[in-house]
Amino acid sequence: MLDLTGLAQVHRLDLEAGVVEVDAGISLDRLLRVVLPLGLTLPVQPGTRQVTVGGAVACDVHGKNHHTAGSFGRYVRSLVLLTGAGDAIRLKPRGPDPELFWGTVGGMGLTGVVLRVELELRRVETSRIVVRAERQPDLHGVMDALREHDRTAEYSVAWFDSLAQGAATGRGVVMTGRDAVRDDLTAAQREDPLHVPASRRVQVPHTPLCAVNGVSGRAFNEAYFRRAPRRPSTRVEHAFGFFQPLDGLQSWNRLYGPRGLVQYQLVIPDAASEVVVEVVREVAASGHVSCLNVLKRFGPGTPGLLSFPAPGWTLALDLPVRAGLDAVLDRLDARVAEAGGRLYLAKDSRLPRRHLPTMYPRLGEFAELRHRADPGGLFVSDLARRLGLHRPTEGNLHDA
Amino acid sequence: MRDSLGRPQTVLLLGGTSDIGLAMARAWAKQVDGLRVTLAARPSPRRTSAAADLERHGCRVRELDFDALEQQDHERVVRAAAEGEDVDVAVVAFGVLGEPERAWQDPHHAAELAATNYTAAVLAGVALGRLVRDQGHGMVVALSSVAGERPRRSNFVYGSSKAGFDAYYTGLGEALRPFGGRVLVVRPGFVRSSMTEGLAEAPLAVDPDTVAAATLRAVASGREQLWVPRQLRPVMSVLRHLPRPVFRRLPL
Repeated sequence: MLDLTGLAQVHRLDLEAGVVEVDAGISLDRLLRVVLPLGLTLPVQPGTRQVTVGGAVACDVHGKNHHTAGSFGRYVRSLVLLTGAGDAIRLKPRGPDPELFWGTVGGMGLTGVVLRVELELRRVETSRIVVRAERQPDLHGVMDALREHDRTAEYSVAWFDSLAQGAATGRGVVMTGRDAVRDDLTAAQREDPLHVPASRRVQVPHTPLCAVNGVSGRAFNEAYFRRAPRRPSTRVEHAFGFFQPLDGLQSWNRLYGPRGLVQYQLVIPDAASEVVVEVVREVAASGHVSCLNVLKRFGPGTPGLLSFPAPGWTLALDLPVRAGLDAVLDRLDARVAEAGGRLYLAKDSRLPRRHLPTMYPRLGEFAELRHRADPGGLFVSDLARRLGLHRPTEGNLHDA
Repeated sequence: MRDSLGRPQTVLLLGGTSDIGLAMARAWAKQVDGLRVTLAARPSPRRTSAAADLERHGCRVRELDFDALEQQDHERVVRAAAEGEDVDVAVVAFGVLGEPERAWQDPHHAAELAATNYTAAVLAGVALGRLVRDQGHGMVVALSSVAGERPRRSNFVYGSSKAGFDAYYTGLGEALRPFGGRVLVVRPGFVRSSMTEGLAEAPLAVDPDTVAAATLRAVASGREQLWVPRQLRPVMSVLRHLPRPVFRRLPL
């Protein structure tokens, strides 16, 4: 395994232009703690800051503003890639070598090692977000509200109840937000508008059993829905809490016990919106319990060959591993592939290989590119081996 | 690569005509589309029909000639099985029951039993251990037996070979852990299979499909030892501790 977290320096920070050049091993947390007090922030913030910039590039990660801002790769001005041949080359989105650049963005680390990244930052007046939350009684309400917010909200995301059935299926809480300006803050907050809280993380101990079960899951889903105000309400929240609510809990995955969890995230094009409804219904009826259920709109994707985001709906679930989960998810895979959607490789740990060429139609191009960048097949990952990404032509031949 | 739900993409059966091994392959085929199964066994009509049956279950099947008593076969067959695709799960399923009374009196028969059930199994383990280290992952399912837990007068030669087998694979599991490998030692009781055809059934007898289903669950949850049926664990634990004069008198 290659661990680059030792390479974590900020090399150049241009305050005027809002551009930073960093080692790929720096975490988003560390980078934000450097730039946020200076009034700059990452234009795309995923659900955790505990990932490296190199990882964010390799997965072309997205955040709550994908519908307006796109994914991480869009803000990469250039990157330095160490290829299988041992050359460190600088790539840019419009050349030199745009093919390799867009193969590396979203390329799951399989084109080589990203050493450095030059990133565009965005200027902010404060480190806080004005958040508006509204309850919706069913999935159609949630989806209509999200569609509505496409045009108006900078940030938007919905949590939905994955267990409610019947008329309440997919009821949820729609959260929208915008960057707070000085005037949004209280007098006390205005003292330090770019405040960054100290890193305080509570460690979850190992648990012999899965804490997420029918009872706790039902209670969580009910409580999360009830906690949201009946009428839309607005409050000011720190960006860390808004974008990365789980980051305060270290090793939260241990709550799922020794068998762990499966993260399942898909995107479905607008033309097949009804599949979103089917998926939510199927999960609710399956008896499998998910608590962190997210529904969000995606805007246009990047040209990344294996990049995940595409216009439409994205839906994410965290499911504890239990007998029968494989069959449920296999059925959903088939529906997603048929509807022209795909699964997020960054979260995948179980997708059957045969769906890959349908979900990622540019797999062949990626194979050629990888062959050029790493002819010796030096860079391999468990994901690549399971899905045959490291030798796609071979891998998909025998499934054809 | 096994996925997060424990499902393999490729399975190697060393002893490719074993009823229990084939039951496992069929059970995995139900969970995994296009499962690749490699049947390593001596060429026989039985192997051919097993391959055809697995193909009907949607598997991609390959047959490899393998004689467990040929020392160089182990390395060659394991290498061939890993060509093109990693071996996610290897099942060590070969073994002979022998004729208990001949086995302790006839030197040829005794040697054959020990060579097949113990020496050959160790050779297979050496080859599989190397493979797992090269791959950085892989699961070995070793079909042991409760007969190895406490030798009985009625089949102690077989029992002693399985005792060695069991200890070897238990240890191999420890050796492979740092390399990402896992070994599951399966200890069935009496299994109604072609190996035991014509024998009087022991208490707690099970079918190969039962052993297969329990094994799949154990593989999925990452367990390292398994008794089938599960009641055999406490039963054997008691039997192991009985004084010999008492144990001797039991109708086992």
